[in-house]
Parts: sequence; structure tokens; C-alpha cells
Amino acid sequence: MTLHEITSMLGAVLLSGTDDLDIIVEQAYCADLMSDVLYCSVSNSLLITHLTNAQVIRTAHIADLKAVVFCEDKKPDAVTINLAEKKGIPLLLTGLSMFDACGLLYEKGLRGCLILKTNDLEY
Amino acid sequence: MILSEIADNLSLEIKTEGVDLGREVTGGYVSDLISDVIGNAHEGFIWVTFQVHLNIVAAASLKNLAGIILVRNRIPDEETLKRASEEKIPIMVTPLPAFEVVGRLYDLGLRCQ
Amino acid sequence: MISNTEGTFFLTGKDFVNAGKASSRLKKVLENLGLPPGIIRRASIAAFEAEMNTSIYAVAGIMHYYITPETIRVEIKDMGPGIEDIALALTEGYSTAPDYIREMGFGSGMGLPNIKKNTDSLTITSAVGEGTTLDFVINLTGTSEGAEHDTERNC
Ligand SMILES: Nc1ncnc2c1ncn2[C@@H]1O[C@H](COP(=O)(O)OP(=O)(O)OP(=O)(O)O)[C@@H](O)[C@H]1O
Ligand SMILES: [Mg+2]
Repeated sequence: MTLHEITSMLGAVLLSGTDDLDIIVEQAYCADLMSDVLYCSVSNSLLITHLTNAQVIRTAHIADLKAVVFCEDKKPDAVTINLAEKKGIPLLLTGLSMFDACGLLYEKGLRGCLILKTNDLEY
Repeated sequence: MILSEIADNLSLEIKTEGVDLGREVTGGYVSDLISDVIGNAHEGFIWVTFQVHLNIVAAASLKNLAGIILVRNRIPDEETLKRASEEKIPIMVTPLPAFEVVGRLYDLGLRCQ
Repeated sequence: MISNTEGTFFLTGKDFVNAGKASSRLKKVLENLGLPPGIIRRASIAAFEAEMNTSIYAVAGIMHYYITPETIRVEIKDMGPGIEDIALALTEGYSTAPDYIREMGFGSGMGLPNIKKNTDSLTITSAVGEGTTLDFVINLTGTSEGAEHDTERNC
């Protein structure tokens, strides 16, 4: 799914990071605990979160995530946006709740980062 | 949609005893921040989270939520489960990550707004 | 062929705007050396988790990295409260983080387990009231991207 598609589905605005909305995200991860993101997300995925601090950008950078979606119109401050600019991480802002944003993206075909342990549910 | 239908549909493992699974679920919320849930979740909502701090029970109880789904097989400690049973807050567990759980709940017709 | 490279970053406790900066710079160093992305991701994640712990729990610390053709070795040494029970601290979900840290997106008790998961060897030494030292190694030979450490697969 491209960032362009995601932006229009979520009615989101682009806060920083790129002119290239053709970037493709392969999977999505939704969380507010950054160690959970670092443990389980895969590279090139999309992070959807409530948090807007600098650590979110650092986490995205460290884990090679493609872009970050902030929900509920919670706009990050200039420090966070500047950091994302520097790291080249696109930030999107949507007025939707995290639940509805994730639900919509799922409905349109985006999937969560895969769990491949044998005893886990298949999906 | 009632809680037990959701639990069946997503193959959730129920961790608390003596809780009401016949309750109507009015919407969904996903968050790992307790203050956020207290501020924004509504009565009858089901809460999807990786957070297992004891305070999740207090927050769910305060907001009169229908239940809590813990993702990625997150195991709460005994104290949290005991408190949840006392407060009649159903805690359910799934191996799926939050995005997948929310997607399925959304498919079942649950919304936040 | 990777030439031996080493360097040091200073870490300040409770500085949450800059927490993570050292790991970010380490990542840049690894990228400049042309290491495989999977290796870079594992090393950066381990360093970041250790740096965040220093920032959250300690007063100050030092991160030292030493890269040879065979290994990436990182040592993070802090002045802080120390860890009383290291085995317990390594348990998934164990955390003593205060509420405000949880509201900042940390304190899920996954940091140390994640460091262990992403490294080939991890040594933690700690003295209560003095500080904690983490020493981890990631092998650059043998497993090319580290098969059993494939961070993309084993969560
Ligand atoms: N450098 C340190 N100094 C003192 N205590 C530490 C240090 N690192 C870890 N600990 C202790 O070990 C516990 C577990 O650490 P770990 O990094 O696994 O989880 P966390 O920091 O609590 O949460 P998360 O890493 O998921 O954000 C901490 O809560 C803390 O009690
Ligand atoms: Mg930690």
C-alpha cells in the first residue's frame, strides 16, 4: 500500500519527511510502547501510534520503519517534526482514532507484522 | 455484538473467572497508555492493549469497559488477574498483534467514533 | 573487508529529547561500513534499548563500540542504581519503570529481552548503588544475517 493511498484513506495530512508519496509500506504495527515496536515490528512497515515524542522517531529510525501515523489529531511538536525531517521519516496526521485508523487500513488490505511462530494462530 | 461472540470469533483465551461475557460491546479502543484510555475510551468499549500494568484494571473499571484484550500473548501477573476478577473486568489473550486484532474487530462492525 | 573501528558516546540520564541519539549515530557508523541491513538493525536495536535504560534509570553513562571484521562489540556502562536481580530483570514483562515513563512509551519490560534476542552474546554486570554494565557482541562471520536472530521472524 502506498503512502499516497494511506493518506487519502485516513484523510491525513503529511507533516514532514518526503515528497515521495509513492513509498510502499508492506505491513503495519500499532503500539504506544516502543520496546514492543522494536521487538516485533519488521522493517519497511508503518507505525501507528498515539505518542508524539522524539522517541517515536528514534524508534522508527532504529527499526527501519517506513512512516509514522499520529492519530486523534495529536500533532507532534517542532522538535519531533524536525527530527523526522532529519531522518527522512514521513509523518502523517489523522483525526481518526487509532482504532478506526487501523480498522480502515485493515479493511483496505493492509496487514499486521507477521508472527511466524508455529504455535501461533495462522493468518 | 456481545463479548462471548467476539471471544469466539477471535479465539480469545479468557484469563479471568466469574466475569460477564454476555455483555454488549459498544465499540473498540486500542492504546497502551492508561491516561489516554481514561480520557478517551467509552463505557462498553473493548480495549486492545499490550499494557499489563495493574492500573489497566482500575482504568477499565473506572470507564466501565466491557473487557480487555491483551495482544501478542502478553501475560499479566497474578495480582492483575486477581484484581480483574474482583472488579469483574474480563481479560482475554490472543497471540495476534494489536493491528490484526483491531482489523478483525472492525470487520465485525465495532467502531471507536 | 571491514577495518577495525571504534568510538565512544557519552550518555546523559533523564535527557529524553536526546536519548537514543548515540544509537542513531552508531547506526550511521555501521551503515558507512557497509554492513548488511539485518545486522545493522539488530545492533542498533540492542544499543537503543541499552541507551534508553541508561537514560531512564541512570544518571549518566558511556557507550563504547568496537568493530572488527569478525564482530560488533558494544559496551554500555552507567552510573546508576544498579540491578539487584539480573535474571529477573531479563524476564519478559518485568519492569520497575514509574508511571510517567509508561506514559512516554517505555516500561513494558521488553528492553533487556530484546537485547538478548538481537545479540549473539550478552553479559550484564551490576553493583547496586553504583551502576550497570552491558556488554554485547554480534557476530559478523558465520551466520550472514544471523539466521536464528532473524528479527523479522521470531517475535
Ligand atoms: N541500566 C539500568 N540501571 C538500573 N536498572 C535497570 C537498568 N536497565 C534495566 N534495569 C531494570 O531492569 C528492568 C527491566 O528492564 P527492561 O529494559 O527489560 O524493561 P523496561 O526498561 O522496564 O521497559 P522497556 O524496555 O520495555 O521500555 C527495568 O525496569 C529496571 O528495573
Ligand atoms: Mg528498557
